[in-house]
Amino acid sequence: MNFSILSRGITITAEKNIRIYYKKAPVIIFGILFPLFMFISFYIGRDIDIIRFFPGFLAMTLFFTASSVGPLITPWEKQAGTYERLLSYPVKVITILLGDVVAGMLFGSVITILVLTVGILILDVSIFSTINIVILAVAVILGCLCFASLGVLLASPSSKAPSNVMMLSSLVRFPLIFISGIFVPLGELGGFGLLLSYLSPLTYLVDIFNACLNGTGIFPLALDIMALILFTSIFLAVANLFHKRNLAKGL
Amino acid sequence: MIRDSPAIEVHNITKRFGKLVAVNNVNFSVAKGEIFGFLGPNGAGKTTTIRMLTGILIPDAGRVIIEGIDMEKDPIRAKMKMGIIPEIGNVYVDLTTRQNLLLSGRFYGLSKSTIEKRSEEMLSALGLSERSDDPVRTCSKGMKQRISIACAIIHEPCVLLLDEPTEGLDVQSRRLIIDTISKMNDKGSTIFLTTHNIEEANRLCKKVCIINKGKIVAINTPERLKNTFDKTQSIEVAFNKHVNSELLASTFISKIDICGDKVHLYTNDPDRTVKHVVSLAEKNGLRILSMTTCGPSLEEAFIKLTGGKK
Repeated sequence: MNFSILSRGITITAEKNIRIYYKKAPVIIFGILFPLFMFISFYIGRDIDIIRFFPGFLAMTLFFTASSVGPLITPWEKQAGTYERLLSYPVKVITILLGDVVAGMLFGSVITILVLTVGILILDVSIFSTINIVILAVAVILGCLCFASLGVLLASPSSKAPSNVMMLSSLVRFPLIFISGIFVPLGELGGFGLLLSYLSPLTYLVDIFNACLNGTGIFPLALDIMALILFTSIFLAVANLFHKRNLAKGL
Repeated sequence: MIRDSPAIEVHNITKRFGKLVAVNNVNFSVAKGEIFGFLGPNGAGKTTTIRMLTGILIPDAGRVIIEGIDMEKDPIRAKMKMGIIPEIGNVYVDLTTRQNLLLSGRFYGLSKSTIEKRSEEMLSALGLSERSDDPVRTCSKGMKQRISIACAIIHEPCVLLLDEPTEGLDVQSRRLIIDTISKMNDKGSTIFLTTHNIEEANRLCKKVCIINKGKIVAINTPERLKNTFDKTQSIEVAFNKHVNSELLASTFISKIDICGDKVHLYTNDPDRTVKHVVSLAEKNGLRILSMTTCGPSLEEAFIKLTGGKK
């Protein structure tokens, strides 16, 4: 496909999503309020070192925000009857999906940067070196890409009821935050818990954030990055396959 | 204006959903500049066919060619040639009319200035100027359908596909839409129209295709289709006072129906029947208030072809 047509389609789809869907209540609730409440419920009344757990909370925020938009767009479009029109434009399914991913990525990036800034300015979180800033930036982009892709994959069932997709989305996303070293540091996980954590893409993002902000990463950086790229590729490929298969269902 | 190669070619397309064969080995072509009506009862396969024409569904077998471009091989180029008004193709209600037009225009690769210029023209032609900056959710159903049409034609497509464009609309919106379709056709666009409104198809279409249970049962001009099944014509006449059917009876009138203040005379010889009615009126001091000759209807042909009961 012609690259300019592809990039034009992605940009327009992403802009449309930002304009229409960012303000919707489920995006605000699951993308911003939910990670905030998770943080508050974990932190309030407990004597924990906030600096030590900050990388995990940052990763959780990124995870929820980046994956909050994607699952809802397709069901909303099918419910509103706009999806068939969107498909009738000169775009391929992958273009629409990438547009949805970009919208999720931007939402995730902005909120994550905001939380990181708050962490640095208020909580005295420190980034040890310039190279860590670059690594953090790459990790934020990769993480947002990965979890926005997961969000789009979660939208692939043919349902046109956003509530059904939200249920599936919660079923997948919640277990991940408990096996990815957010509440129990990766270094303290052992046995089956550690094995499970390898299966979660969030683990690798938490590890990069731990390495950059606390100097406590346990995997090599290259492995973390490769894992995020691999998970992103799998999520996108499967999402493309499922969305194509379920294209006309629920129209 | 008919030119050489067809605008739409459909070669043996078949689509199955599980065991159901929704569209079964369908073939037809639509000449450039033609208004082509695609009729059929509910569940006949109209929407599945139009979704294969628009590239939303891939046929299990067969090919769709739009303006010489194979839809399966090069869907982007094929879609650039088309304007599509899907059956449930709503516009974005959170955006304004103008924003919807901008979105459509950008998808078709138009420049901002072209979109702005064409938006102004279309907003005015479709009676949408006053509400152009209001969110679409505040617009009526008719206005939403007009916005939908404006979005589909902003790039001035060679081929316009409309799936039930006037379904459930008020008279004014329906007329505006029909006028827009006619204007597009006058400019050279090929129109592919599915509708339940047989009278609309009869008036607008140069050729009509009837699909039933996934198969094409007839393709012809409306006039030829009408005459395929029934050669009987009728004369509808209204007199200034009540008339008994016995008075009008004649050997060349096969049936007489009195409906309200009108009398329907069925005949194979409309000329003799009209003269007979006029002569009887003069002889009996009756005044003819109105008289219309009605040919066999497309609806009659449709019902016979699709196996329905009148």
